[in-house]
Amino acid sequence: MQARQEAPASAEAPERPESEAESVRTRVLRFLRGVGGLAFSLAVTLLGLLVVTFLIGRVVPVDPVLSIIGDRAPASTYDRVYRELGLDRPMVEQFWIYLKKVLSGDFGESFLTKRPILDDLRRVFPATFELATLGLILGVAIGAPMGVAAAAWKGSWVDQIIRVLCLVGYSAPIFWLGLMGLLIFYANLGWVSGPGRIGIAHEFSFQPRTGILLLDSALQGRWDVFRNVFSHIILPACILGYFSMAYICRMTRSFMLHELSQEYVTAARVKGISETRIIWRHALRNAAVPMITVVGLSYINLLEGSVLTETIFAWPGLGQYLTNSLQNADMNAVLGSTLVIGVVFVLINLVSDLLYRLLDPRVRRGS
Amino acid sequence: MTAPFEPQPFTWSGRRAWLLSEEPGSRRQARLGSFYRGWLALRENPLAMVGLAVVVGLALVAALADVIAPGNPLIGGPLRTERLLPPSAAHWMGTDDQARDIFTRVIHGARLTLQVVALVVVTATPIGLLVGTTAGYFGGWVDAVLMRITDIFLAFPRLILALAFVAALGPGIENAVIAIALTSWPQYARLARAETMTIRHSDFISAARLQGASSARILWGHVAPLCLPSVVIRVTLDMAGIILTAAGLGFLGLGAQPPEPEWGAMVATGRRFIVDQWWVAAMPGLAIFVVSLGFNLLGDGLRDALDPKAAR
Amino acid sequence: MTELLKVEDLRITFPTRQGPREAVRGVSFTLGRERLGVVGESGSGKSQTGRALMGLTPPPGVATARTLSFDGQDLRGAGKRQWRALRGRRIAMVMQDPKYSLNPVMTVGRQISEALGRVGGLSSREKRAKALAMLEAVMIRDPERVYDSYPHELSGGMGQRAMIAMMLAPDPDLLIADEPTSALDVTVRIEVLRIMDRLVSERGMGLIFISHDLKLVSQFCDRVLVMYAGRVVEELAAADLASAQHPYTRGLMRCTPDLDHDLRPLPTLRRDAEWAK
Repeated sequence: MQARQEAPASAEAPERPESEAESVRTRVLRFLRGVGGLAFSLAVTLLGLLVVTFLIGRVVPVDPVLSIIGDRAPASTYDRVYRELGLDRPMVEQFWIYLKKVLSGDFGESFLTKRPILDDLRRVFPATFELATLGLILGVAIGAPMGVAAAAWKGSWVDQIIRVLCLVGYSAPIFWLGLMGLLIFYANLGWVSGPGRIGIAHEFSFQPRTGILLLDSALQGRWDVFRNVFSHIILPACILGYFSMAYICRMTRSFMLHELSQEYVTAARVKGISETRIIWRHALRNAAVPMITVVGLSYINLLEGSVLTETIFAWPGLGQYLTNSLQNADMNAVLGSTLVIGVVFVLINLVSDLLYRLLDPRVRRGS
Repeated sequence: MTAPFEPQPFTWSGRRAWLLSEEPGSRRQARLGSFYRGWLALRENPLAMVGLAVVVGLALVAALADVIAPGNPLIGGPLRTERLLPPSAAHWMGTDDQARDIFTRVIHGARLTLQVVALVVVTATPIGLLVGTTAGYFGGWVDAVLMRITDIFLAFPRLILALAFVAALGPGIENAVIAIALTSWPQYARLARAETMTIRHSDFISAARLQGASSARILWGHVAPLCLPSVVIRVTLDMAGIILTAAGLGFLGLGAQPPEPEWGAMVATGRRFIVDQWWVAAMPGLAIFVVSLGFNLLGDGLRDALDPKAAR
Repeated sequence: MTELLKVEDLRITFPTRQGPREAVRGVSFTLGRERLGVVGESGSGKSQTGRALMGLTPPPGVATARTLSFDGQDLRGAGKRQWRALRGRRIAMVMQDPKYSLNPVMTVGRQISEALGRVGGLSSREKRAKALAMLEAVMIRDPERVYDSYPHELSGGMGQRAMIAMMLAPDPDLLIADEPTSALDVTVRIEVLRIMDRLVSERGMGLIFISHDLKLVSQFCDRVLVMYAGRVVEELAAADLASAQHPYTRGLMRCTPDLDHDLRPLPTLRRDAEWAK
């Protein structure tokens, strides 16, 4: 027998709602409390992110002063920069300086590109955004229906095949998958374009505006460019998409199995509703609510995956920028990108949390 | 029902009945019995058995690397004649740009992989257990602070945080292990905390407290052992992820340094020859894939066998 | 009396690691347009019997019977299509807890309209009107509001009334009520049962009332089946309950406290392994 919450004392509930005004007030209050709690935990998490990046920055064996002025500068310059950076002050004060700088958008200068980190990040971010988003769209579009099918035919050969397909996606190192993809679809079959975002011929004739090339070329009606960009992006996007498909598919399957075992599904069967309608209308609608969180998480996984794939596809995005900085011990750039990815992570969680509240009537109206 | 202390003639069927008894006579029998039942369920799952075979195979290969591949994984043959040879009877997986036999390197790489996994597990599991049980046992502000810290670590994607740590600590296999361990413990802490919360108010904990046991003693003597099984299952499920993260670090040149035969680093070497000498990158990557698939299959089967709800 | 349902030798088997286990072992009964109570403790197979009558034995369980006919239709080996044609329109079921048996993300109105959609030939306006009328019939004073509510916004009693409205909306011939009130607060139980009872008799439907509460069943039913360990141990008219023969039934009767007499020590129900044979 399933566990059951005891009916509250007010089981003989009033058949009329409490007076309209009061219910509005409680609703507003509840909403504000929710938002307040969310904002507080968001602030603490962001502060924590800063502490972690700050501390990582302090354990670096690289001398931050030397990395700015070079080894040949005189001792007086060294002292001046040392004080300018605040390195002679206590840790807490240093953190305070760091905090003020970061909040004003100053992440320092890249040792490699000699430009402010924020400018660099602004330049590389759209490429990663475009790639990860396309990957996610592919992952959801294929993964969710596959998960539903696996749950609907649980235990059949369809389920088994999908299971193996997903486990392969879980297990394959994404950088290796990318290399094999390049070998097969670019080098051998010639179905797609090779590394890079756009062909050289188009690179100079085309002025992007948002930095999201598929969108830019479509808006400007440059379909030749669009085709070229598409042939570049499709392989890395498919590989990232496969990666997130595996995750989304497995989660959809398990959420669907959970929903399909619920009493309301039996009730729908009692009503004589068709199995197709039960799966797509009743169960999926309920499974979709926790899926929001999963989709958000897999977007973050995609950002992570892009670090490994971008180097392979010479994709000029955040991942490649981070990798280059890592290999050249450009700590400012590494910590800047790490922080940005952390913030994006937190924001995605926030968005999925808000969407969750919006989509689930139980949370939306409060129960 | 078989009484556990009556002398019984040893037979396999008798032993089986003893293990499957519905009314175990001792805690040991109950525990062994549930273990055996889990094993029976696992054995019915062919995919999980494939996974188990891969994992056992990995351990064997790592132990017997010198017997299976007696050559030297670090020093290659003559550069002029044996460089970048395709797979053949002499070199099953071909040779790389230093004329080293890739098969030998892959076999010896199994040791490194296993070493990384083992080190991460022995560092991350105790940290996670300690933080989780402490937070769950004391509750209140201790819980709030510890869980907030855990959440902050979870707020970074795992690989990215590991990258930042390695960048700060400097590349190398030890630092890679530390970085992966630092990014793994938060999940175990969460789990251990949840488990602790469910047992914190049990009578036997109160009894121990009444006997004057210190909090530390209760935590390590009573609470942690009870949380261990579920954390161990979680760690098993996580092993494929650990392997992939380690390989990713190696691929980016931040893990094991050349000439160590680390699989991820080997794939990175092969990148330069991907079009003409595909085997240099393909073979070590295949090894990563097979091993992580093995761990995933096993973990998946374990979850199904041990959690009847998920198996439905 | 016309025979609506005839069950002979119904068996429900579940495979376990120790071999197949029968949850229901040879249950037989017939039902006209009357109210039949099925009583037994949890695990006696009464709920599984109810589900098997709708072809909803949860896999991997298997239900078999020598005869299983509804209104002259043989249901043994009925396909999905045949079952679907019956469910909702001819046989309906009210389940235990509205908190779980109503879809949490669909408004009550839509769930009732969906049940009405199985009748066919109704426009969405007609469906709405009919659903509102049904809600009114289960004594909901503000049907418009409940129509647009989500299940969690209703109390248990209201939810169960909505459930009854939903299941009775397509006007079935047989209603199976599986512990329809045991999840409800004691104060609303009788009220909900009265509503259900009135609708069932007004429409001349058959009712199978599954419960563990012998007293309650005897109040609302014409006949009672007492089940124990997957078997029917006794079948008798509700009025004859006082003269029950089987020790299990008598035991169940004795377990109910009585206001007029002091029962101390409280009697316990003694089970006999013989009964399960």
